[in-house]
Amino acid sequence: MSYAVLENIRVSYDGKTPVLTDLNLSIERGELVSLLGASGCGKTTTLRVVGGFIEPRAGRFTLNGVDMTRTAVHKRNFGLVFQSYALFPHLTVFENVAFGLKLRKIESASLKSRVMAMLDITDLGALANRYPRQLSGGQRQRVALARALVVEPQLLLLDEPLSNLDAKLRLSMRVEIKRLQKKLGITTIFVTHDQEECFSISDRVAIMDKGVIQQFDTPEAIYSHPANEFVARFVGFTNFFNLTASGTGRCLNNLGEEMVIDEIRNHTGGQTSWTGAIRPDDIVLTGTEVSGTNRLTGSVEVRTFLGKSYQYELETKLGRVVVNAPKDSIFEPGTLVCAHLPSDKIVLC
Amino acid sequence: MRKSVGLTLIAVVVFLFLTVPLIIITATAFGEASTIRFPIQGFTLKWFTATFASRSFMSSLGLSFALASYATLLALLVGIPASYALSKTTFRTNPRLRAFFLSPTFVPGIVVGYALFQFLVIQWRMPVFAGLLLGHFLVSLPYVIRVVGASLEQFDFSIEEVAWSLGCNKPKAFLKVVLPNIGSGIVAAFMLSFINSFNNIPVSMFLTGPGVSTLPTTLMNYIEYSYDPSVSAISVVLMGVTVVLMVIVERTLGIGSLAK
Ligand SMILES: Nc1ncnc2c1ncn2[C@@H]1O[C@H](COP(=O)(O)OP(=O)(O)OP(=O)(O)O)[C@@H](O)[C@H]1O
Ligand SMILES: [Mg+2]
Repeated sequence: MSYAVLENIRVSYDGKTPVLTDLNLSIERGELVSLLGASGCGKTTTLRVVGGFIEPRAGRFTLNGVDMTRTAVHKRNFGLVFQSYALFPHLTVFENVAFGLKLRKIESASLKSRVMAMLDITDLGALANRYPRQLSGGQRQRVALARALVVEPQLLLLDEPLSNLDAKLRLSMRVEIKRLQKKLGITTIFVTHDQEECFSISDRVAIMDKGVIQQFDTPEAIYSHPANEFVARFVGFTNFFNLTASGTGRCLNNLGEEMVIDEIRNHTGGQTSWTGAIRPDDIVLTGTEVSGTNRLTGSVEVRTFLGKSYQYELETKLGRVVVNAPKDSIFEPGTLVCAHLPSDKIVLC
Repeated sequence: MRKSVGLTLIAVVVFLFLTVPLIIITATAFGEASTIRFPIQGFTLKWFTATFASRSFMSSLGLSFALASYATLLALLVGIPASYALSKTTFRTNPRLRAFFLSPTFVPGIVVGYALFQFLVIQWRMPVFAGLLLGHFLVSLPYVIRVVGASLEQFDFSIEEVAWSLGCNKPKAFLKVVLPNIGSGIVAAFMLSFINSFNNIPVSMFLTGPGVSTLPTTLMNYIEYSYDPSVSAISVVLMGVTVVLMVIVERTLGIGSLAK
């Protein structure tokens, strides 16, 4: 049994439009799990169900085997960090961090040492007597984190905690969050719509679309084996083509040509059609026509300069294909080129 | 540049229009003549002593003060939770509910006064002070709801949610993190409510009874029969009190908090 489990959660704000439909998610103890998806897909809603701010219309949320679906927010002992940080403006940094401990009636000497220890961990010791308005964005963010962590929550919930920071700070803060989370061993749910951020920080990632989890797996697995076309598009696959089985371990494209695909060995379960996908970076372009498997001839339609490389849009018999090719050979629009789709780079979904 | 000269001129004219009458009234309070006259002849403080010696002025001042205090207190006790609840309602019901709570400011005071007179005095035979208190409470409530509501609109409710998550139940979170952060709104509401109740005439006129009269109604009645500078004197006293209050607000919160 996993540590935190969402079972068949259903949420609708107005009773008509579903926001979450039969959402399932199991999180192990000590894990950092991210919810990733486009704006409006239901990430915050999921987090608010876990936090107890929204009561689902159906389904269960259990923590450590205890049903918490209807437990009041203040009895859950979860740490919370919002995008806006939501620091208490009328309290100093120290008082902000001490807030939760005071409510727990911790005696003052141990309260003080616990708060100071947490301020030291988050590198805020020197700012203890400042008010939130006297802090920079990154410092506020750390106060919010310290305030959530000092009470030793059973679960840490982070809703886009980094999106108000500039790019450089985001990078160092996410390393910081990861470090703290691992050091304290706190099970964490992290909401973001930044793919890089999410992949770098998470043990596992749940990719969401329209209130449904499309894939829940490690970043590596999602990156190299997207479960479906939605996830594939999300992680950078732009070229898709239909494939049908022809005998074991072989398949044909729409033109009836055989395509060699390494991954097909893993698909032994009687499936007869797939969508093949490949990233624009993985296709190799050559000027001269070469015959052989996994090769497509097409004319260059559009060329875009990307800095490190050129992006070409090719018109082929299989449809439009996007290729990123290095700068050393340039193809003019209108010329015929040959695209090679390496058999180990094609994924099936 | 020319434009700003014109604007400055308008501002000066408006400023004079607002302040000159007050200055004249202040001056007349010190005149020796037995009717209000400007410019004044001589200088005396006798109207002040007369005012403070007058039983009817002093008792109505006391009544007005008590009334404004209690009515404001009641309005705050009811209005703060009400505007909190209003700020939590969904966007569809909110405008209507809000309009309902603010309606006493849209209805002419004389109508509110008459309606209350009908019900409280004629129908229910309520004691005079209780009736006045209820009337003034009703007049003050919309101000509290409007001003506190405005500062709740600025309030980031995720702060409250964090307080819950740290272990506060809802009433505790309200006291510990919501109230302290709408403090300026509450002070502003207090001031507006107090001043409105203190100045109110239409509602008080209907609800005052024999021997029980608020200061504005006493002043009105007094001016009808005698036109001596004690009215100016009491106006000066009231202005003085208001200025002191304003200075306190300015020192603690900044005067801007009243204009929000
Ligand atoms: N209080 C609400 N009332 C009605 N609908 C809501 C409410 N909150 C969210 N929604 C709707 O629910 C859906 C999911 O919203 P949610 O806030 O969970 O998205 P999100 O994935 O967090 O998006 P973002 O990345 O923009 O924060 C959206 O379509 C949104 O319009
Ligand atoms: Mg969100």
